[in-house]
Amino acid sequence: MDNNKIKQHISRQFNEEMEDIRNKVLAMGGLVEQQVDLATKAFMGFDMESAEKVVQQDQLVNDLEKNIDHDCTEIMAKRQPAAFDLRMLIATIKIITDLERIGDEAARIAKMTMRLEGADFYQDKYYEIEHLLEMVKEMLNGALDAYARTDIEEVIAITGQDAKVDREYTSITRQLITQMMENPRNITRALDMLWTARALERIGDHSCNVCEHVIYMVKGKDVRHLSREELEQTVNEVR
Amino acid sequence: MTTQQKRSYAIDISALNRDDKKQGPIETCIKVENLDLFYGQKQALFGVNMEMPRKKVTAYIGPSGCGKSTLLRCINRMNDLVDGVSIKGKILLDNEDIYDKSVNVAALRRRVGMVFQKPNPFPKTIYENVAYGLRIQGINDRHVLDEVVEKSLRGAALWDEVKNRLNDNALGMSGGQQQRLVIARAIAIEPEVILLDEPASALDPISTLKIEELINELKEKYTIVIVTHNMQQAARVSDYTAFMYMGELIEFGETSELFTNPAKKQTEDYITGRYG
Repeated sequence: MDNNKIKQHISRQFNEEMEDIRNKVLAMGGLVEQQVDLATKAFMGFDMESAEKVVQQDQLVNDLEKNIDHDCTEIMAKRQPAAFDLRMLIATIKIITDLERIGDEAARIAKMTMRLEGADFYQDKYYEIEHLLEMVKEMLNGALDAYARTDIEEVIAITGQDAKVDREYTSITRQLITQMMENPRNITRALDMLWTARALERIGDHSCNVCEHVIYMVKGKDVRHLSREELEQTVNEVR
Repeated sequence: MTTQQKRSYAIDISALNRDDKKQGPIETCIKVENLDLFYGQKQALFGVNMEMPRKKVTAYIGPSGCGKSTLLRCINRMNDLVDGVSIKGKILLDNEDIYDKSVNVAALRRRVGMVFQKPNPFPKTIYENVAYGLRIQGINDRHVLDEVVEKSLRGAALWDEVKNRLNDNALGMSGGQQQRLVIARAIAIEPEVILLDEPASALDPISTLKIEELINELKEKYTIVIVTHNMQQAARVSDYTAFMYMGELIEFGETSELFTNPAKKQTEDYITGRYG
């Protein structure tokens, strides 16, 4: 796939505007990745400082969403884009919604961490959460990569990862239920763990959505609300 | 308020999923088969094949000199008037080859009307412009003419603006009105097909929108083929779009598909303003 597609307009200014949007989306994506990482690690390590930082930085994510939305609207009004340009703008508007939601999930984890300040819990290391974090970070990263390179070669691997994330989440739920039964004093912490796992699982879903928007952007095929098999089949057909 | 019936929000879900595109079978009106056209030695059209559906709007787009106007003019044999033109291949209108020796060209042009870039009303009254086509067919009955003039002017969305000055000279009208008058003149003789060669390129934006609105109304009765340099206009008014380049038909398909997800890279480069 030709990844310089946005640089080939006869109007150099149009190139710059599209390039600018792409860079902003990637900056927003980078920030969101960082937020997820920081929030989860703050939660695991009872790190109040980092948690507070995540909550503060969520405003930046929100501002970027509004900013990029505005830019896309302006280009549509000014240039009546068609074909790839049009699809890229439409996909971008949707992608940043998903990125903003991911930011919200990170902020949710951070807020949960801040509630724990001063509470008397035993400092458990729950490695499954860390594992889950690594998995969804990989998905988010891959999705942003696909967007940056306008390339759908890797998206099947990313959406495939979502099934693993779901299994991991189910298994964490089961373990936490067992813990709660064994040690009722630990229920509050276990519930927070559960919410955190849930937030991470949602981040995986949003990353999949980003992948779907990228497929639309690159190939013009709407692959939302398909089963995994149907999605794979469609992607293989258009690849 | 209390006596008012509680509003029901039940909706007909099947109506939401109705696919507008699938309205009955598509019938071909004009079929172009392996059309080559030469201006003397120079070949201007290369093996063009396409089927234009009846009572739909087909738009030709492409850069200057790509052959779109040439192709359009083939449909009512306007190219016959150009010296040194030779044509190979066929154009079928309702399955009859319009280049067959037995075809009466005047009769063909009654069936296939044409409107040009610059409005070209006759230096006569508004009324006489519209009635002209009938007069040369020998129809002079005042009642018939009155009826046809009103019907045609209404059909061209011009009646309300000119009904009180039908005997004014047509050249005193605005450019947009003149263009709609020319369309009224074309539909007065009830053609099957209307060819529009850049009908709005000399008009201001409001007149352009009126012409586009008119095209949308005219397709209820006529098959319309339009050449335009304005891609957004093609996207707005047409059901099917043909992209031509250097005398070849590169891509032909539903407008909604061609402008969102074109199959050919050349088409994409052109409609998105990229270097070809």
